Amino acid sequence: MSWSLDNDRPLYLQLMERIQMDIISGKYSAGDKLPSVRDLALAASVNPNTMQKALSELERSGLVYSQRTSGRFITENQEMLQKLKYSLASEHIKEFINKMKSLGFDEEELCNLLNETLKGETK
Amino acid sequence: MKPVLECQGLTKQYGNFYALSNLNLTLDRGQIVGLLGPNGSGKTTLIKLINGLLVPTSGIVSVNNLQPGTETRKAVSYLPDQDYLDEWMKIDDLIAYFADFYDDFSIERANKMLNDLNIDSSHRLRTLSKGTREKVQLILVMSRNADLYILDEPIAGVDPAARDYILSTIINNYNENATILLSTHLIADIENVLDRVLFLRNGQLVLNSTVDEIRMEQEKSVDSLFREVFRC
Repeated sequence: MSWSLDNDRPLYLQLMERIQMDIISGKYSAGDKLPSVRDLALAASVNPNTMQKALSELERSGLVYSQRTSGRFITENQEMLQKLKYSLASEHIKEFINKMKSLGFDEEELCNLLNETLKGETK
Repeated sequence: MKPVLECQGLTKQYGNFYALSNLNLTLDRGQIVGLLGPNGSGKTTLIKLINGLLVPTSGIVSVNNLQPGTETRKAVSYLPDQDYLDEWMKIDDLIAYFADFYDDFSIERANKMLNDLNIDSSHRLRTLSKGTREKVQLILVMSRNADLYILDEPIAGVDPAARDYILSTIINNYNENATILLSTHLIADIENVLDRVLFLRNGQLVLNSTVDEIRMEQEKSVDSLFREVFRC
């Protein structure tokens, strides 16, 4: 089981997120061909129909496009890739802020802590 | 395309006891379906009715629009929940036997799977461990090119690594014209591979839903839903 999937959320959503991450993180580049549905399903240990659904949804969003006989490709639209990158980043940041708030940090403390940690890492 | 399996008002009665009661079910092609339910809920009864090993008290069961019989046996590849092969036979003999018996049997596919699982086909069935015997039976069943695969507890006795291999074999052999119906108690292990699950309770179908519908609507896994619905 090489893809770690939560068991309380729809699988196709998680598969979409994983493929989006792989695109943003550079595992696939703009214009690359995606592996076949069957190979992706095997890699994720999921049903091919579920993988098919995830890919169709990604296709609907425009992130991937299919060419009738040769398979599915990542979009070459840089603007769309940038947009996706920022929208994923803002989701992570919101989640982070929520967690920090529930730990009791206010915005100023949060910014200070964040800056300190970032400085620490670059040393 | 017409459904691969249809049940209408399917009922099996033993005296006063309803093993299966007024079951209505249609399965389309190209799905992997989990048949789930506690012990004694009617899973094996349903499977035996589909295979023509039991005769319904009332109602209809049909495979490819045909009542169970010789023609449907050509279309259904069935793994029973018990040993049924002759113990003195070598695995090679069994492969030849199956290839002779079923037109749709692929010797090549069988040998590849035996090889992947490091099973020596010159051994007699009698000399194999319980888990290995189960693997051999599953390999024989999955090496056919059937319309409907019915697997009664296919992974119960095998180790987790072989379980992963078997699940990937099921994914690999998946084709859009065939449907796999499998019964199991190991829900957490297989739920990612399933399209759809059926819950049976006291011989009645209480749920027929896709895995993602369950996760979307209930926000929980099929495994947790099962534990909740069937809490003792």
